[in-house]
Amino acid sequence: MGQPSRIRATAQGIGAVVRVLMTHEMESGQRRDATGNAVPAWHITELTASLEGKPVLTAQWGPGVSANPFLQFRLKNAKAGDRVGIAWKDNRGDSRSDEAVVG
Amino acid sequence: MEPGSGKTRRAALQQSLALAGWLAGAGLLPNTAVAQAAASEWNAAAFGAHTLETVLLALGATRPTLSDEVVLTIPDLADNGAVVPVGISTSLPGVRRIVLLVEKNPTMLVAVFEISDAIDADVALRIKMAESSNVYAAAMLADGRVLYAVKDVQVTLGSCGT
Repeated sequence: MGQPSRIRATAQGIGAVVRVLMTHEMESGQRRDATGNAVPAWHITELTASLEGKPVLTAQWGPGVSANPFLQFRLKNAKAGDRVGIAWKDNRGDSRSDEAVVG
Repeated sequence: MEPGSGKTRRAALQQSLALAGWLAGAGLLPNTAVAQAAASEWNAAAFGAHTLETVLLALGATRPTLSDEVVLTIPDLADNGAVVPVGISTSLPGVRRIVLLVEKNPTMLVAVFEISDAIDADVALRIKMAESSNVYAAAMLADGRVLYAVKDVQVTLGSCGT
């Protein structure tokens, strides 16, 4: 189980802006460690964002997304108090799911 | 090839074909069988593709068109290749998928977003760039059109092996 994601969802007009900061190494698989061994790729592969439990955005990511990934998107219709969820899976089978409330 | 500055038709066409090659090779054009199979799980083939040799294969496929309506927001000059902020947005209706590619990264394909009707076609994230490169953002629409934007980004300090 990875570290929790920080989610901030701010109501704007009839919608909301969601900003997420996930905690993940996002190891590219290109690096070598001090002893010259290749460091295996370890990164988030799939991400699902949901509003009130219903998926609104899914993504597939490669190793080209920065470490501790930041993601921002805009919900068309959301009001204060709605639940926004972020769930991810990585290529080692680890996963994480977090929720925040639109404020 | 500088888009927008005295770009010839030929240059535009070549760029479009090259992108079509990548997207098709990556199984990302909506009308390829691979794309349908890949919609639900991580597309290993797409993220593993890094050659232009599939250009020919793509000739029969939907050709990506350079479009002002896809807005790619990224700095011209990125000091740190490990963290480059990128924004992709479009006001076009019926966007199903947004794809982000960095031409010279070891893994060209950075991210694929499946956009639902509940959100705007407007996403931002931070990416790694191994070296200075063209960055492509493509929007795939429900009507089958593929529109893209491209920007040449100079990287001062490349991400140490992206």
